[in-house]
Amino acid sequence: MLLRHTPTEVKERKALMINPAKTCQPIGAMYAALGIHGCLPHSHGSQGCCAYHRSALTRHYKEPVSASTSSFTEGASVFGGQANLMQAIDNIFTVYEPEVIAVHTTCLSETIGDDLKQIRDRAQKEGKIPEGKTVIGAPTPSYVGSHVTGFSNMVKAMAELAEPSGKKNGKVNIIPGWVEPCDMAEIKRLAGMVGVAITLFPDTSGILDAPLTGEYKMFPDGGVTIDELKKCGDAMGTLALGEWCSADAARWLDSKCKVPCTVLDMPFGLAATDRFIDVLRTVAGVTVPDTVAHERGQLVDLISDMHQYFYGKRVAIWGDPDQLISMCEFLVSIDMQPVYVVTGTPGKKFEARIKEICAGQPFEVKVKAKGDMFLMHQWIKNESVDLLIGNSYGKYIARDEDIPLLRWGFPILDRQGHQYFPTVGYKGGLRLLEKILNLLLDRKDRDDPETGFELVL
Amino acid sequence: MAKTKKLVQFTPTEIKDELLKKYPPKVARKRAKQIMINEAQENETPSEIVANVRTIPGIITMRGCTYAGCKGVILGPTRDLVNITHGPIGCGFYSWLTRRNQTDPGPDGENYMPYCFSTDMQDQDIIFGGEKKLAAAIQEAYDLFHPKGIAIFATCPVGLIGDDIHAVAKKMKAKFGDCNVFAFSCEGYKGVSQSAGHHIANNQVFTHLVGENEKPKEGEFKINLLGEYNIGGDGFEIDRIFKLCGITNIATFSGNSSYDQFASAQHADLNTVMCHRSINYVADMLETKYGIPWIKVNFIGANATAKSLRKIAEYFGDKKLIDRVEAVIAEEMPEVEAVAADVRTRTEGKTAMMFVGGSRAHHYGELFSEMGMKTISAGYEFGHRDDYEGRQVIPNLKVDADSRNIEEIEVVADDKYYNPRKTPGEMQALEESGLKFKHYDGMNPDMDKGTIIVDDLNQYEAEKLVELLKPDVFCAGIKEKYSIQKLGVPMKQLHSYDSGGPYAGFKGAVNFYQEIDRLVNSKVWSYMKAPWQENPELTATFVWE
Repeated sequence: MLLRHTPTEVKERKALMINPAKTCQPIGAMYAALGIHGCLPHSHGSQGCCAYHRSALTRHYKEPVSASTSSFTEGASVFGGQANLMQAIDNIFTVYEPEVIAVHTTCLSETIGDDLKQIRDRAQKEGKIPEGKTVIGAPTPSYVGSHVTGFSNMVKAMAELAEPSGKKNGKVNIIPGWVEPCDMAEIKRLAGMVGVAITLFPDTSGILDAPLTGEYKMFPDGGVTIDELKKCGDAMGTLALGEWCSADAARWLDSKCKVPCTVLDMPFGLAATDRFIDVLRTVAGVTVPDTVAHERGQLVDLISDMHQYFYGKRVAIWGDPDQLISMCEFLVSIDMQPVYVVTGTPGKKFEARIKEICAGQPFEVKVKAKGDMFLMHQWIKNESVDLLIGNSYGKYIARDEDIPLLRWGFPILDRQGHQYFPTVGYKGGLRLLEKILNLLLDRKDRDDPETGFELVL
Repeated sequence: MAKTKKLVQFTPTEIKDELLKKYPPKVARKRAKQIMINEAQENETPSEIVANVRTIPGIITMRGCTYAGCKGVILGPTRDLVNITHGPIGCGFYSWLTRRNQTDPGPDGENYMPYCFSTDMQDQDIIFGGEKKLAAAIQEAYDLFHPKGIAIFATCPVGLIGDDIHAVAKKMKAKFGDCNVFAFSCEGYKGVSQSAGHHIANNQVFTHLVGENEKPKEGEFKINLLGEYNIGGDGFEIDRIFKLCGITNIATFSGNSSYDQFASAQHADLNTVMCHRSINYVADMLETKYGIPWIKVNFIGANATAKSLRKIAEYFGDKKLIDRVEAVIAEEMPEVEAVAADVRTRTEGKTAMMFVGGSRAHHYGELFSEMGMKTISAGYEFGHRDDYEGRQVIPNLKVDADSRNIEEIEVVADDKYYNPRKTPGEMQALEESGLKFKHYDGMNPDMDKGTIIVDDLNQYEAEKLVELLKPDVFCAGIKEKYSIQKLGVPMKQLHSYDSGGPYAGFKGAVNFYQEIDRLVNSKVWSYMKAPWQENPELTATFVWE
């Protein structure tokens, strides 16, 4: 037993978080910033944060993740980090030559109250920011929200670059939320199939899935450009995928630049993808081609072909709110039962939404925002499930309780494929179902008695 | 790149100039002192390096922070302590199972390694202070687990808002009576790197744990293994060898360690130091307070392992032990030598670079030389000058403003338990026969003349070094791994071992030889160009046969 000290009896905890289902803001901001073309994320704090965030993203992607840091010392922590950031900006542009530096903060610089905007203006005034280069910033206090909040804050800082010209450009902004690079590519592919011109931001495709060629590009081809971000104020509208990840930026564009927005669920699974495509064709006034309906039909086909294996299976699932909402809806739609749903990210709306999705179903859902994996494990110990869906930290529960685990979400540290094969859209739905089926059927093959061991399933 | 011929040979001076060329003048001046061309050969004055100084902002350092050095490195591996991170969630999350300190829960089964405990500070805790929440978290941990000890680790905001974690710990310890609660002021901004965290951890472990268990430990030839963290099972392999030799390991600091091991460390008769950087403080304090001498050992490399075992045997001076050690070496070496001889046919003459924390950049030189490979450039993230140049420079070290506030604790000889293990005469005789006590020669003397030694290497310099010197293998950590591999150069992680290991001891040497052989001779490095990229110009039209 790996988690041998986890008791079955659930006692309420008010202060001690055990095995969190979240991490802190800046890593989300770092990930988002990597989706800007030619951008070096910069962590304004002591250097440990930056090292940890780079390591976590690298372990997830098996790709280089560059980011710089202000490297606060004790002196700077007491008297302010302005000098550190000014020096950093100068050094970064001289040595690494990015197009953009995207600064985020940590609990350190937020507690002492460093003013990013003032420091940037000063750097500008003192000529530390070369002609044509950009420095953006987002406050990302680690003691508020989670990594999802940090992602959202940096995406909002991107939107704030908008310089509306007053003339619409016929494009649609899509804010994909915290999904994998391949998911971002898939969203672009779907929009392309439907025939809608889009600006996707952030866009990590091409950046965190780079090829091995013998050349290292710190700034690979890919990412949304500053020019595109400036023009996102001229878009017809914005589709924000995910309330937690994407809505703030979209609403900012709506209120400040008069770019109307629609907040949708992330397009995981059949219904959420349906809504995404349907809104896309409506806002753009186009007809959805048969190729898209064909992909959709394949997903429906797979559900019907293998429904017997999905039906009634109990699932424990944890991760980030936007992803969990669509995924739970998907599970319910194929008659699976997401009985335990946990996110570490705060937000009352989350619990209400999950309950709504599971309402009227033949099972009772236990859902918790600001929860942790320790609590979820205790629930499982009280009444087990057939499948776990979540990040790599679930493997400890999977082994102890002998339950198959579908690795999905962040971080995945012990398997590959997640950055290459999307789980959004109809194609992504097919992949998710294939993986779920493989797990359930492998388990069946392992557990069936010899007499009932079947070739054809 | 691994396949291209090395046409240009740069002199070390040219390489250093090239590394510095692009920097703003102030940065170039600073970095010039942290990049040295090794001259530490006999009969020459060794040159000085600047180390353990603040990181240049924006330079893309490899370094981490004090919390990582304290919680992540030293206390993290202790299985029966509940380690609570007092801070927002990140610090606890990122240090959750990411260092590969392997652990055997033992017969009592107490093992909190797979858990992450945090007070998950929120904005109201920053505003109103987090002491109450911390006390409540300690109480909840106690009620849930009843551990022997609960350790509290401060993170950046804790120092700034003024939470008195030591007072909270003291109060809770008194309240429980049967659970040792103690705290570490290891805020991330302290010092300039992980190193400050090591020091803070050493002080508190020594103050709150060492000596707690007064009951003597059974066994012959009792030692402590200091600064060995059982990454990938290194400590298991070393313990296997100790057992064969009949050496009793009282406490490992701190791979696969337990509360009781720390508490009993004063019962050993010799301290052996693996990672000098992280644990030399405890080694010195154990000597001052209890009279236990320490020697530097290295169990990375088969020859180094044999040498270290002989040093231990020599210290105890017992015929039975000396014979057993020789028997074990004789038993273990043939397999090692057979693999080395085979691997050498494919690794001889190849080159390596190593930029690892505070000790491995030195230790692994032994393993590479056993394969006939040369280390052409090396350095530490956070080593001090003594780790580069040897402990004789310590009296000349100046503590700068950035590290001045790291606590130094005063330790004196214990009235009751101070007991010099050897008489002055015995110590002198051992020294005369070549055993160096309380000494470490550092990395530089083991590096060839003209090699490049770089302290606090950054992303830019790493790329430049690879471009100019084209090593056959580059060793560093996860953050460096994939950018180096994109250049077509095999990259070996010497922190996590890329999920491999053990690399210590005899079996570890075999594992390492095979791993490096696999890496430098992998076919993958020849696939970087597609056929149409190697011959992009069509010279004739294709004719179907």
